[in-house]
Amino acid sequence: MTARFGQFAKYLVLLVFSFLALYPVFLMIASSFKTNLEILTSPLGLPASLSLENYKLVWEKVNFGAYVWNSVYVSGLSVLLILFLSSLAAFYLSRYPFRWNPYVLFFFMLGLMLPMKLAILPLYMIMLQLKLLDTLTSLVILYVAGGIPFAVFVFYGFFKTLPAELDQSARLDGCNGFQVYWKIILPLMKPPLATVGIVHLIGVWNDFFYPLIFLKSEELSTIPLGVLTLFGEYDTEWNLLFASLTLSSLPMIVAFLFASKQFIEGLTSGAIK
Amino acid sequence: MAVLEKSSEVKRQASPRRGVNRSKHLVHLFLLPALVIYVWFQVYPIFSAFLNSFYAWDGLKRGAFIGLDNFVRLFTESPFKEMFFRGFGHNVIFFAGTIVAKLAVAFLLALMINSRIRGKEFFKTVFFLPKLLSVIVVGFLFSLILNPTYGALNTFLKHVGLEEWARPWLGDPDTALYAIILVNSWYGLGFAVLIFLAGLQAIPAEIYDAAKMDGASGLTMLLRITLPLAMPSVMVMTILTFIGSFETFELIFAMQGSQGGPYYSTDVLATYFYRLAFGSVEGGESIGLGSALAVVLFMMISSATAVLLFFFKRKEYEL
Repeated sequence: MTARFGQFAKYLVLLVFSFLALYPVFLMIASSFKTNLEILTSPLGLPASLSLENYKLVWEKVNFGAYVWNSVYVSGLSVLLILFLSSLAAFYLSRYPFRWNPYVLFFFMLGLMLPMKLAILPLYMIMLQLKLLDTLTSLVILYVAGGIPFAVFVFYGFFKTLPAELDQSARLDGCNGFQVYWKIILPLMKPPLATVGIVHLIGVWNDFFYPLIFLKSEELSTIPLGVLTLFGEYDTEWNLLFASLTLSSLPMIVAFLFASKQFIEGLTSGAIK
Repeated sequence: MAVLEKSSEVKRQASPRRGVNRSKHLVHLFLLPALVIYVWFQVYPIFSAFLNSFYAWDGLKRGAFIGLDNFVRLFTESPFKEMFFRGFGHNVIFFAGTIVAKLAVAFLLALMINSRIRGKEFFKTVFFLPKLLSVIVVGFLFSLILNPTYGALNTFLKHVGLEEWARPWLGDPDTALYAIILVNSWYGLGFAVLIFLAGLQAIPAEIYDAAKMDGASGLTMLLRITLPLAMPSVMVMTILTFIGSFETFELIFAMQGSQGGPYYSTDVLATYFYRLAFGSVEGGESIGLGSALAVVLFMMISSATAVLLFFFKRKEYEL
Protein backbone atom coordinates (compact mmCIF):
# COMPACT_ATOMS: atom_id res chain seq x y z
CA MET A 1 0.00 0.00 0.00
CA THR A 2 2.76 2.46 0.96
CA ALA A 3 4.75 1.44 -2.10
CA ARG A 4 1.72 2.19 -4.26
CA PHE A 5 1.30 5.57 -2.61
CA GLY A 6 4.99 6.34 -3.08
CA GLN A 7 4.71 5.54 -6.76
CA PHE A 8 1.64 7.79 -7.05
CA ALA A 9 3.39 10.67 -5.23
CA LYS A 10 6.37 10.37 -7.57
CA TYR A 11 4.22 10.68 -10.67
CA LEU A 12 2.31 13.55 -9.11
CA VAL A 13 5.48 15.52 -8.33
CA LEU A 14 6.98 14.85 -11.75
CA LEU A 15 3.77 15.89 -13.50
CA VAL A 16 3.48 19.08 -11.45
CA PHE A 17 7.02 20.04 -12.40
CA SER A 18 6.36 19.12 -16.04
CA PHE A 19 3.41 21.48 -15.96
CA LEU A 20 5.55 24.22 -14.40
CA ALA A 21 8.20 23.75 -17.07
CA LEU A 22 5.78 23.77 -19.98
CA TYR A 23 3.09 26.23 -18.97
CA PRO A 24 5.08 29.49 -19.38
CA VAL A 25 6.19 28.38 -22.84
CA PHE A 26 2.63 27.39 -23.70
CA LEU A 27 1.37 30.73 -22.38
CA MET A 28 3.87 32.57 -24.57
CA ILE A 29 2.76 30.73 -27.70
CA ALA A 30 -0.96 30.91 -26.89
CA SER A 31 -0.80 34.64 -26.14
CA SER A 32 0.92 35.30 -29.45
CA PHE A 33 -2.38 34.45 -31.18
CA LYS A 34 -4.52 36.70 -28.98
CA THR A 35 -5.50 40.33 -29.44
CA ASN A 36 -4.14 42.78 -26.90
CA LEU A 37 -7.59 43.06 -25.28
CA GLU A 38 -7.84 39.27 -24.97
CA ILE A 39 -4.46 39.08 -23.25
CA LEU A 40 -5.36 41.75 -20.73
CA THR A 41 -8.86 40.47 -19.93
CA SER A 42 -8.18 36.73 -19.94
CA PRO A 43 -4.44 36.09 -19.77
CA LEU A 44 -4.89 32.43 -18.85
CA GLY A 45 -7.51 31.37 -21.39
CA LEU A 46 -6.99 29.88 -24.82
CA PRO A 47 -6.93 32.23 -27.82
CA ALA A 48 -10.28 32.84 -29.53
CA SER A 49 -8.75 32.09 -32.91
CA LEU A 50 -5.38 31.07 -34.30
CA SER A 51 -4.96 34.36 -36.14
CA LEU A 52 -1.50 35.20 -37.47
CA GLU A 53 -2.30 38.91 -37.31
CA ASN A 54 0.28 39.61 -34.58
CA TYR A 55 3.06 37.99 -36.57
CA LYS A 56 2.14 40.11 -39.57
CA LEU A 57 2.18 43.23 -37.38
CA VAL A 58 5.57 42.41 -35.87
CA TRP A 59 6.96 41.80 -39.34
CA GLU A 60 5.59 45.15 -40.61
CA LYS A 61 6.06 47.44 -37.61
CA VAL A 62 9.64 46.55 -36.84
CA ASN A 63 12.36 45.18 -39.02
CA PHE A 64 11.81 41.60 -37.85
CA GLY A 65 12.65 40.09 -41.24
CA ALA A 66 16.07 41.73 -41.03
CA TYR A 67 16.58 40.49 -37.46
CA VAL A 68 15.84 36.93 -38.56
CA TRP A 69 18.24 37.18 -41.49
CA ASN A 70 20.99 38.65 -39.26
CA SER A 71 20.55 35.85 -36.73
CA VAL A 72 20.59 33.17 -39.43
CA TYR A 73 23.69 34.68 -41.05
CA VAL A 74 25.65 35.10 -37.82
CA SER A 75 24.78 31.72 -36.31
CA GLY A 76 25.18 29.82 -39.59
CA LEU A 77 28.56 31.30 -40.45
CA SER A 78 29.89 31.06 -36.88
CA VAL A 79 28.92 27.42 -36.49
CA LEU A 80 30.43 26.44 -39.86
CA LEU A 81 33.70 28.20 -39.05
CA ILE A 82 33.88 26.72 -35.56
CA LEU A 83 33.38 23.21 -36.93
CA PHE A 84 35.88 23.62 -39.75
CA LEU A 85 38.72 25.36 -37.89
CA SER A 86 38.39 23.30 -34.71
CA SER A 87 38.22 19.95 -36.46
CA LEU A 88 41.37 20.84 -38.42
CA ALA A 89 43.14 21.85 -35.22
CA ALA A 90 42.03 18.70 -33.39
CA PHE A 91 43.15 16.61 -36.38
CA TYR A 92 46.58 18.23 -36.15
CA LEU A 93 46.81 17.75 -32.40
CA SER A 94 45.84 14.09 -32.42
CA ARG A 95 47.46 12.86 -35.65
CA TYR A 96 50.85 14.60 -35.79
CA PRO A 97 53.57 13.82 -33.26
CA PHE A 98 54.82 17.34 -32.57
CA ARG A 99 56.32 17.72 -29.14
CA TRP A 100 54.34 20.89 -28.33
CA ASN A 101 50.96 19.30 -29.02
CA PRO A 102 50.10 18.35 -25.42
CA TYR A 103 50.80 21.93 -24.31
CA VAL A 104 48.75 23.42 -27.13
CA LEU A 105 45.86 21.12 -26.22
CA PHE A 106 46.09 22.17 -22.57
CA PHE A 107 46.24 25.80 -23.66
CA PHE A 108 42.99 25.35 -25.61
CA MET A 109 41.35 23.63 -22.64
CA LEU A 110 42.02 26.67 -20.46
CA GLY A 111 39.58 28.48 -22.72
CA LEU A 112 36.76 26.29 -21.44
CA MET A 113 36.90 28.23 -18.19
CA LEU A 114 37.54 31.81 -19.29
CA PRO A 115 34.67 34.10 -18.26
CA MET A 116 34.71 36.21 -21.41
CA LYS A 117 32.11 38.71 -20.18
CA LEU A 118 34.85 40.09 -17.95
CA ALA A 119 37.09 40.73 -20.95
CA ILE A 120 34.43 42.71 -22.73
CA LEU A 121 36.26 46.05 -22.43
CA PRO A 122 39.46 44.86 -24.15
CA LEU A 123 37.33 43.12 -26.77
CA TYR A 124 35.49 46.37 -27.35
CA MET A 125 38.80 48.19 -27.83
CA ILE A 126 40.12 45.52 -30.20
CA MET A 127 37.00 45.82 -32.35
CA LEU A 128 37.31 49.59 -32.26
CA GLN A 129 40.89 49.37 -33.56
CA LEU A 130 39.89 46.89 -36.24
CA LYS A 131 37.02 49.22 -37.23
CA LEU A 132 34.62 46.32 -36.70
CA LEU A 133 32.31 47.94 -34.16
CA ASP A 134 28.69 47.78 -35.26
CA THR A 135 29.29 44.98 -37.79
CA LEU A 136 28.01 41.42 -37.85
CA THR A 137 31.61 40.34 -38.60
CA SER A 138 32.64 41.31 -35.06
CA LEU A 139 30.01 38.94 -33.68
CA VAL A 140 31.09 36.08 -35.95
CA ILE A 141 34.74 36.50 -34.89
CA LEU A 142 33.84 36.50 -31.19
CA TYR A 143 31.58 33.46 -31.42
CA VAL A 144 34.20 31.53 -33.39
CA ALA A 145 36.93 32.42 -30.90
CA GLY A 146 34.68 31.49 -27.97
CA GLY A 147 33.57 28.24 -29.61
CA ILE A 148 36.98 26.83 -30.45
CA PRO A 149 37.99 25.42 -27.01
CA PHE A 150 34.85 23.29 -26.53
CA ALA A 151 34.92 22.11 -30.16
CA VAL A 152 38.61 21.13 -30.01
CA PHE A 153 37.92 19.34 -26.71
CA VAL A 154 35.10 17.23 -28.19
CA PHE A 155 36.82 16.55 -31.54
CA TYR A 156 40.11 15.59 -29.90
CA GLY A 157 38.24 13.12 -27.71
CA PHE A 158 36.59 11.70 -30.82
CA PHE A 159 39.88 11.31 -32.72
CA LYS A 160 41.33 9.37 -29.80
CA THR A 161 38.62 6.74 -30.35
CA LEU A 162 39.20 6.61 -34.10
CA PRO A 163 41.85 4.04 -35.13
CA ALA A 164 44.90 5.77 -36.63
CA GLU A 165 45.32 2.90 -39.14
CA LEU A 166 42.48 4.44 -41.13
CA ASP A 167 44.38 7.54 -42.17
CA GLN A 168 47.73 5.72 -42.34
CA SER A 169 46.39 3.44 -45.05
CA ALA A 170 44.99 6.45 -46.91
CA ARG A 171 48.42 8.07 -46.72
CA LEU A 172 50.00 4.96 -48.23
CA ASP A 173 47.53 5.33 -51.10
CA GLY A 174 49.04 8.78 -51.72
CA CYS A 175 46.63 11.11 -49.96
CA ASN A 176 48.16 14.24 -48.42
CA GLY A 177 47.21 15.49 -44.98
CA PHE A 178 44.31 17.62 -46.07
CA GLN A 179 42.90 14.91 -48.31
CA VAL A 180 42.99 12.47 -45.41
CA TYR A 181 41.09 15.00 -43.29
CA TRP A 182 38.59 15.88 -46.02
CA LYS A 183 37.93 12.45 -47.54
CA ILE A 184 38.46 10.01 -44.68
CA ILE A 185 38.04 11.80 -41.36
CA LEU A 186 35.27 14.31 -42.03
CA PRO A 187 32.68 11.77 -43.26
CA LEU A 188 33.25 9.74 -40.07
CA MET A 189 32.88 12.81 -37.86
CA LYS A 190 29.16 13.37 -38.28
CA PRO A 191 28.13 12.57 -34.67
CA PRO A 192 30.62 14.91 -32.93
CA LEU A 193 30.03 17.58 -35.59
CA ALA A 194 26.30 17.42 -34.82
CA THR A 195 26.93 17.61 -31.07
CA VAL A 196 29.21 20.62 -31.27
CA GLY A 197 27.11 22.27 -33.98
CA ILE A 198 23.94 22.08 -31.90
CA VAL A 199 25.60 23.43 -28.76
CA HIS A 200 26.98 26.44 -30.56
CA LEU A 201 23.89 26.99 -32.68
CA ILE A 202 21.77 27.37 -29.56
CA GLY A 203 24.38 29.51 -27.84
CA VAL A 204 24.86 31.89 -30.74
CA TRP A 205 21.18 32.08 -31.71
CA ASN A 206 20.18 32.97 -28.17
CA ASP A 207 23.10 35.21 -27.24
CA PHE A 208 22.19 38.69 -26.21
CA PHE A 209 25.34 40.05 -24.57
CA TYR A 210 27.67 40.49 -27.56
CA PRO A 211 24.99 42.11 -29.78
CA LEU A 212 24.12 44.44 -26.91
CA ILE A 213 27.73 45.60 -26.64
CA PHE A 214 28.89 45.54 -30.26
CA LEU A 215 25.87 46.55 -32.37
CA LYS A 216 24.47 50.04 -32.57
CA SER A 217 22.47 50.12 -35.82
CA GLU A 218 18.94 48.87 -35.42
CA GLU A 219 18.95 47.20 -38.85
CA LEU A 220 21.90 44.98 -37.83
CA SER A 221 20.13 43.61 -34.74
CA THR A 222 19.95 39.90 -34.17
CA ILE A 223 16.63 38.58 -32.87
CA PRO A 224 17.37 38.83 -29.11
CA LEU A 225 18.52 42.44 -29.48
CA GLY A 226 15.50 43.18 -31.69
CA VAL A 227 13.24 41.87 -28.94
CA LEU A 228 14.84 44.37 -26.58
CA THR A 229 14.04 47.23 -28.99
CA LEU A 230 10.49 45.98 -29.33
CA PHE A 231 10.02 45.88 -25.57
CA GLY A 232 11.23 49.46 -25.38
CA GLU A 233 8.96 50.80 -28.12
CA TYR A 234 5.76 48.77 -27.82
CA ASP A 235 5.67 48.04 -24.11
CA THR A 236 1.87 48.26 -23.92
CA GLU A 237 1.12 46.09 -26.96
CA TRP A 238 1.53 42.72 -25.37
CA ASN A 239 0.23 40.87 -28.40
CA LEU A 240 3.26 42.07 -30.36
CA LEU A 241 5.62 41.28 -27.49
CA PHE A 242 4.39 37.71 -27.14
CA ALA A 243 4.55 37.21 -30.91
CA SER A 244 8.17 38.40 -31.00
CA LEU A 245 9.15 36.15 -28.07
CA THR A 246 7.53 33.19 -29.81
CA LEU A 247 9.20 34.00 -33.12
CA SER A 248 12.62 34.09 -31.52
CA SER A 249 12.13 30.78 -29.66
CA LEU A 250 10.23 28.71 -32.20
CA PRO A 251 13.14 27.63 -34.44
CA MET A 252 15.03 26.07 -31.51
CA ILE A 253 11.90 24.50 -30.00
CA VAL A 254 10.89 22.91 -33.32
CA ALA A 255 14.43 21.65 -33.94
CA PHE A 256 14.49 20.27 -30.39
CA LEU A 257 11.26 18.33 -30.89
CA PHE A 258 12.78 16.66 -33.95
CA ALA A 259 16.17 15.86 -32.45
CA SER A 260 15.81 16.06 -28.67
CA LYS A 261 18.32 13.22 -28.13
CA GLN A 262 21.12 15.04 -29.95
CA PHE A 263 20.28 18.32 -28.21
CA ILE A 264 20.36 16.82 -24.75
CA GLU A 265 23.52 14.82 -25.48
CA GLY A 266 25.24 17.88 -26.91
CA LEU A 267 24.38 20.33 -24.18
CA THR A 268 25.28 17.98 -21.35
CA SER A 269 28.42 16.47 -22.90
CA GLY A 270 30.67 19.31 -21.82
CA ALA A 271 29.76 18.98 -18.17
CA ILE A 272 29.79 15.21 -17.82
CA LYS A 273 33.16 14.40 -19.36
CA MET B 1 88.93 16.29 -52.70
CA ALA B 2 87.65 14.54 -49.67
CA VAL B 3 86.05 17.77 -48.47
CA LEU B 4 84.34 18.33 -51.80
CA GLU B 5 82.99 14.82 -51.83
CA LYS B 6 81.59 15.24 -48.39
CA SER B 7 79.79 18.48 -49.20
CA SER B 8 78.14 17.01 -52.30
CA GLU B 9 77.03 14.11 -50.18
CA VAL B 10 75.46 16.50 -47.71
CA LYS B 11 73.69 18.27 -50.55
CA ARG B 12 72.30 15.05 -51.89
CA GLN B 13 70.90 14.23 -48.51
CA ALA B 14 69.53 17.69 -47.90
CA SER B 15 67.45 18.16 -51.01
CA PRO B 16 64.84 15.43 -50.45
CA ARG B 17 64.70 16.40 -46.81
CA ARG B 18 63.80 19.97 -47.71
CA GLY B 19 60.77 18.67 -49.60
CA VAL B 20 59.57 16.89 -46.49
CA ASN B 21 60.16 20.03 -44.48
CA ARG B 22 58.01 22.14 -46.77
CA SER B 23 54.99 19.86 -46.49
CA LYS B 24 55.64 19.70 -42.77
CA HIS B 25 55.41 23.46 -42.59
CA LEU B 26 52.17 23.43 -44.54
CA VAL B 27 50.79 21.03 -41.95
CA HIS B 28 50.87 23.79 -39.34
CA LEU B 29 48.13 25.54 -41.31
CA PHE B 30 45.75 22.99 -39.77
CA LEU B 31 46.40 24.41 -36.34
CA LEU B 32 47.23 28.06 -36.95
CA PRO B 33 43.86 29.64 -37.85
CA ALA B 34 42.15 28.24 -34.74
CA LEU B 35 45.13 29.08 -32.53
CA VAL B 36 45.48 32.65 -33.80
CA ILE B 37 41.79 33.48 -33.42
CA TYR B 38 41.72 31.88 -29.98
CA VAL B 39 44.77 33.77 -28.73
CA TRP B 40 43.77 37.07 -30.29
CA PHE B 41 40.14 37.18 -29.15
CA GLN B 42 40.12 35.05 -25.97
CA VAL B 43 43.48 34.87 -24.25
CA TYR B 44 44.90 38.30 -25.05
CA PRO B 45 41.71 40.19 -23.95
CA ILE B 46 41.81 38.47 -20.55
CA PHE B 47 45.45 39.49 -20.02
CA SER B 48 44.60 42.92 -21.31
CA ALA B 49 41.81 43.29 -18.73
CA PHE B 50 44.35 42.58 -15.98
CA LEU B 51 46.81 45.11 -17.38
CA ASN B 52 44.16 47.81 -17.88
CA SER B 53 43.18 47.67 -14.23
CA PHE B 54 46.58 49.11 -13.23
CA TYR B 55 46.22 52.24 -15.38
CA ALA B 56 44.36 55.53 -15.21
CA TRP B 57 41.93 56.01 -18.07
CA ASP B 58 40.64 59.03 -19.92
CA GLY B 59 37.72 57.74 -21.93
CA LEU B 60 39.14 55.00 -24.15
CA LYS B 61 42.68 56.39 -23.82
CA ARG B 62 45.10 54.72 -21.45
CA GLY B 63 46.86 57.14 -19.11
CA ALA B 64 49.53 56.70 -16.46
CA PHE B 65 50.35 53.53 -14.54
CA ILE B 66 48.77 53.94 -11.11
CA GLY B 67 49.34 50.56 -9.49
CA LEU B 68 46.49 49.41 -7.31
CA ASP B 69 44.67 52.76 -7.14
CA ASN B 70 41.67 51.51 -9.09
CA PHE B 71 41.25 48.62 -6.67
CA VAL B 72 41.66 50.88 -3.64
CA ARG B 73 39.00 53.26 -4.93
CA LEU B 74 36.68 50.37 -5.75
CA PHE B 75 36.77 49.15 -2.15
CA THR B 76 37.11 52.38 -0.15
CA GLU B 77 35.52 55.26 -2.02
CA SER B 78 31.81 56.14 -2.10
CA PRO B 79 29.66 55.29 -3.99
CA PHE B 80 31.84 52.49 -5.39
CA LYS B 81 32.29 50.52 -2.21
CA GLU B 82 28.56 50.59 -1.36
CA MET B 83 27.74 49.42 -4.89
CA PHE B 84 30.35 46.68 -4.71
CA PHE B 85 29.34 45.22 -1.38
CA ARG B 86 25.62 45.44 -2.11
CA GLY B 87 26.15 43.73 -5.47
CA PHE B 88 28.37 41.07 -3.89
CA GLY B 89 25.72 40.38 -1.24
CA HIS B 90 23.10 39.90 -3.92
CA ASN B 91 25.40 37.52 -5.82
CA VAL B 92 25.82 35.44 -2.65
CA ILE B 93 22.04 35.33 -2.11
CA PHE B 94 21.63 34.44 -5.77
CA PHE B 95 24.06 31.52 -5.42
CA ALA B 96 22.53 30.24 -2.17
CA GLY B 97 18.98 30.62 -3.47
CA THR B 98 19.82 28.81 -6.70
CA ILE B 99 21.40 25.93 -4.77
CA VAL B 100 18.10 25.42 -2.94
CA ALA B 101 15.59 26.23 -5.69
CA LYS B 102 17.44 24.61 -8.58
CA LEU B 103 20.00 22.05 -7.40
CA ALA B 104 18.15 20.54 -4.44
CA VAL B 105 14.91 20.28 -6.42
CA ALA B 106 16.73 18.93 -9.48
CA PHE B 107 18.44 16.24 -7.41
CA LEU B 108 15.11 15.03 -6.01
CA LEU B 109 13.57 15.00 -9.48
CA ALA B 110 16.57 13.09 -10.84
CA LEU B 111 16.19 10.50 -8.05
CA MET B 112 12.54 10.04 -9.01
CA ILE B 113 13.26 9.72 -12.71
CA ASN B 114 16.06 7.24 -11.94
CA SER B 115 13.70 4.99 -9.96
CA ARG B 116 11.37 2.42 -11.53
CA ILE B 117 9.08 4.69 -13.47
CA ARG B 118 7.50 5.08 -16.88
CA GLY B 119 8.03 8.01 -19.22
CA LYS B 120 11.66 8.80 -18.32
CA GLU B 121 12.35 10.24 -21.76
CA PHE B 122 9.20 12.37 -21.61
CA PHE B 123 10.16 13.95 -18.28
CA LYS B 124 13.76 14.55 -19.38
CA THR B 125 12.62 16.26 -22.57
CA VAL B 126 9.98 18.40 -20.86
CA PHE B 127 12.23 19.57 -18.02
CA PHE B 128 14.94 20.48 -20.50
CA LEU B 129 12.74 22.52 -22.84
CA PRO B 130 13.12 25.95 -21.11
CA LYS B 131 16.90 25.77 -21.64
CA LEU B 132 16.31 26.28 -25.38
CA LEU B 133 15.00 29.80 -24.92
CA SER B 134 17.23 32.82 -24.93
CA VAL B 135 17.82 34.19 -21.42
CA ILE B 136 16.56 37.54 -22.64
CA VAL B 137 13.33 35.87 -23.85
CA VAL B 138 12.94 34.15 -20.47
CA GLY B 139 13.43 37.47 -18.70
CA PHE B 140 10.90 39.33 -20.80
CA LEU B 141 8.41 36.46 -20.74
CA PHE B 142 8.44 36.38 -16.95
CA SER B 143 8.29 40.14 -16.63
CA LEU B 144 4.97 39.86 -18.49
CA ILE B 145 3.81 36.87 -16.43
CA LEU B 146 4.73 38.64 -13.17
CA ASN B 147 3.18 41.97 -14.16
CA PRO B 148 1.20 43.22 -11.12
CA THR B 149 -2.10 44.07 -12.86
CA TYR B 150 -2.31 42.05 -16.06
CA GLY B 151 0.20 39.27 -15.44
CA ALA B 152 -0.81 35.63 -15.53
CA LEU B 153 0.40 34.82 -12.00
CA ASN B 154 -1.61 37.45 -10.15
CA THR B 155 -4.66 36.76 -12.35
CA PHE B 156 -4.37 33.08 -11.42
CA LEU B 157 -4.11 33.92 -7.71
CA LYS B 158 -7.27 36.04 -7.96
CA HIS B 159 -9.12 33.24 -9.74
CA VAL B 160 -8.37 30.70 -7.03
CA GLY B 161 -9.24 33.09 -4.22
CA LEU B 162 -5.72 33.87 -3.02
CA GLU B 163 -6.00 37.53 -3.86
CA GLU B 164 -4.08 38.63 -0.78
CA TRP B 165 -1.04 36.70 -2.09
CA ALA B 166 -0.95 38.78 -5.27
CA ARG B 167 1.76 41.41 -5.24
CA PRO B 168 4.05 43.35 -7.57
CA TRP B 169 6.66 40.57 -7.52
CA LEU B 170 9.30 42.48 -9.47
CA GLY B 171 8.38 45.94 -8.22
CA ASP B 172 8.76 45.17 -4.53
CA PRO B 173 12.38 45.32 -3.28
CA ASP B 174 11.58 42.55 -0.78
CA THR B 175 10.57 40.00 -3.41
CA ALA B 176 12.30 41.09 -6.63
CA LEU B 177 15.59 39.24 -6.14
CA TYR B 178 13.86 36.03 -5.05
CA ALA B 179 11.49 36.20 -8.01
CA ILE B 180 14.50 36.40 -10.33
CA ILE B 181 16.21 33.51 -8.56
CA LEU B 182 13.09 31.38 -9.11
CA VAL B 183 12.94 32.36 -12.79
CA ASN B 184 16.61 31.48 -13.17
CA SER B 185 15.98 28.13 -11.50
CA TRP B 186 13.05 27.46 -13.83
CA TYR B 187 15.39 28.08 -16.74
CA GLY B 188 18.24 25.83 -15.58
CA LEU B 189 16.35 23.08 -13.74
CA GLY B 190 16.23 20.58 -16.62
CA PHE B 191 19.94 20.84 -17.31
CA ALA B 192 20.72 20.10 -13.65
CA VAL B 193 18.30 17.15 -13.69
CA LEU B 194 20.12 15.67 -16.70
CA ILE B 195 23.56 16.07 -15.14
CA PHE B 196 22.43 14.48 -11.86
CA LEU B 197 20.67 11.73 -13.76
CA ALA B 198 23.87 10.93 -15.65
CA GLY B 199 25.66 10.75 -12.29
CA LEU B 200 23.00 8.45 -10.80
CA GLN B 201 22.90 6.17 -13.80
CA ALA B 202 26.64 5.61 -13.55
CA ILE B 203 26.19 3.88 -10.16
CA PRO B 204 26.27 0.11 -10.77
CA ALA B 205 23.06 -1.70 -9.79
CA GLU B 206 25.04 -4.50 -8.08
CA ILE B 207 25.95 -2.17 -5.24
CA TYR B 208 22.28 -1.68 -4.44
CA ASP B 209 21.60 -5.39 -4.73
CA ALA B 210 24.41 -6.15 -2.31
CA ALA B 211 23.21 -3.49 0.12
CA LYS B 212 19.66 -4.87 0.00
CA MET B 213 20.98 -8.34 0.79
CA ASP B 214 22.71 -6.86 3.82
CA GLY B 215 19.34 -5.44 4.85
CA ALA B 216 20.06 -1.76 4.24
CA SER B 217 17.03 0.54 4.29
CA GLY B 218 16.15 2.95 1.49
CA LEU B 219 17.37 5.93 3.48
CA THR B 220 20.67 4.26 4.35
CA MET B 221 21.26 3.43 0.70
CA LEU B 222 20.50 7.02 -0.29
CA LEU B 223 22.91 8.47 2.27
CA ARG B 224 25.66 5.84 2.11
CA ILE B 225 25.63 4.86 -1.55
CA THR B 226 23.70 7.21 -3.82
CA LEU B 227 24.86 10.56 -2.46
CA PRO B 228 28.58 9.77 -2.17
CA LEU B 229 28.75 8.08 -5.56
CA ALA B 230 26.82 10.89 -7.25
CA MET B 231 29.26 13.46 -5.81
CA PRO B 232 31.09 14.16 -9.09
CA SER B 233 27.87 15.38 -10.70
CA VAL B 234 27.03 17.41 -7.59
CA MET B 235 30.49 18.98 -7.79
CA VAL B 236 30.09 19.87 -11.46
CA MET B 237 26.70 21.47 -10.88
CA THR B 238 27.84 23.37 -7.78
CA ILE B 239 30.78 24.85 -9.66
CA LEU B 240 28.70 25.70 -12.72
CA THR B 241 26.05 27.28 -10.49
CA PHE B 242 28.67 29.34 -8.69
CA ILE B 243 30.16 30.63 -11.93
CA GLY B 244 26.68 31.31 -13.33
CA SER B 245 25.57 33.13 -10.18
CA PHE B 246 28.56 35.44 -10.12
CA GLU B 247 28.33 36.15 -13.84
CA THR B 248 24.57 36.57 -13.94
CA PHE B 249 23.60 39.57 -16.04
CA GLU B 250 21.10 39.03 -18.86
CA LEU B 251 18.15 37.96 -16.74
CA ILE B 252 18.47 40.93 -14.40
CA PHE B 253 19.11 43.29 -17.30
CA ALA B 254 15.94 42.07 -19.05
CA MET B 255 13.71 42.11 -15.98
CA GLN B 256 15.05 45.05 -13.97
CA GLY B 257 17.31 47.05 -16.30
CA SER B 258 21.00 47.81 -15.88
CA GLN B 259 20.31 49.55 -12.53
CA GLY B 260 19.13 46.30 -10.94
CA GLY B 261 15.90 47.92 -9.79
CA PRO B 262 13.78 48.59 -7.85
CA TYR B 263 16.15 50.75 -5.79
CA TYR B 264 19.16 48.55 -6.64
CA SER B 265 17.48 45.64 -4.85
CA THR B 266 18.56 43.23 -7.63
CA ASP B 267 21.83 44.92 -8.51
CA VAL B 268 24.65 42.38 -8.83
CA LEU B 269 28.34 42.74 -9.64
CA ALA B 270 27.83 42.08 -13.36
CA THR B 271 25.18 44.82 -13.76
CA TYR B 272 27.41 47.17 -11.76
CA PHE B 273 30.32 46.22 -14.03
CA TYR B 274 28.17 46.94 -17.08
CA ARG B 275 27.33 50.41 -15.77
CA LEU B 276 30.98 51.13 -14.96
CA ALA B 277 32.15 49.95 -18.36
CA PHE B 278 29.42 51.21 -20.67
CA GLY B 279 27.08 53.39 -18.63
CA SER B 280 29.60 56.14 -17.79
CA VAL B 281 28.85 56.30 -14.07
CA GLU B 282 32.01 58.28 -13.46
CA GLY B 283 32.81 60.02 -16.73
CA GLY B 284 36.13 59.01 -18.18
CA GLU B 285 37.55 57.13 -15.24
CA SER B 286 35.20 54.20 -15.39
CA ILE B 287 37.29 51.93 -17.63
CA GLY B 288 39.98 51.62 -14.96
CA LEU B 289 37.40 50.88 -12.28
CA GLY B 290 35.48 48.55 -14.58
CA SER B 291 38.66 46.60 -15.37
CA ALA B 292 39.50 46.40 -11.67
CA LEU B 293 36.04 45.03 -10.92
CA ALA B 294 36.41 42.51 -13.76
CA VAL B 295 39.71 41.33 -12.27
CA VAL B 296 38.15 41.00 -8.80
CA LEU B 297 35.27 38.96 -10.24
CA PHE B 298 37.73 36.82 -12.18
CA MET B 299 39.75 36.11 -9.05
CA MET B 300 36.65 35.31 -7.01
CA ILE B 301 35.35 32.88 -9.63
CA SER B 302 38.64 31.07 -10.18
CA SER B 303 39.60 30.82 -6.51
CA ALA B 304 36.12 29.62 -5.52
CA THR B 305 36.26 27.03 -8.30
CA ALA B 306 39.63 25.84 -7.00
CA VAL B 307 38.33 25.64 -3.42
CA LEU B 308 35.21 23.73 -4.49
CA LEU B 309 37.31 21.30 -6.53
CA PHE B 310 39.63 20.72 -3.57
CA PHE B 311 36.71 20.26 -1.16
CA PHE B 312 34.91 17.74 -3.36
CA LYS B 313 38.08 15.85 -4.24
CA ARG B 314 38.84 15.35 -0.56
CA LYS B 315 35.31 14.05 -0.03
CA GLU B 316 35.94 11.50 -2.74
CA TYR B 317 39.05 10.16 -1.03
CA GLU B 318 37.16 9.73 2.22
CA LEU B 319 35.02 7.05 0.60
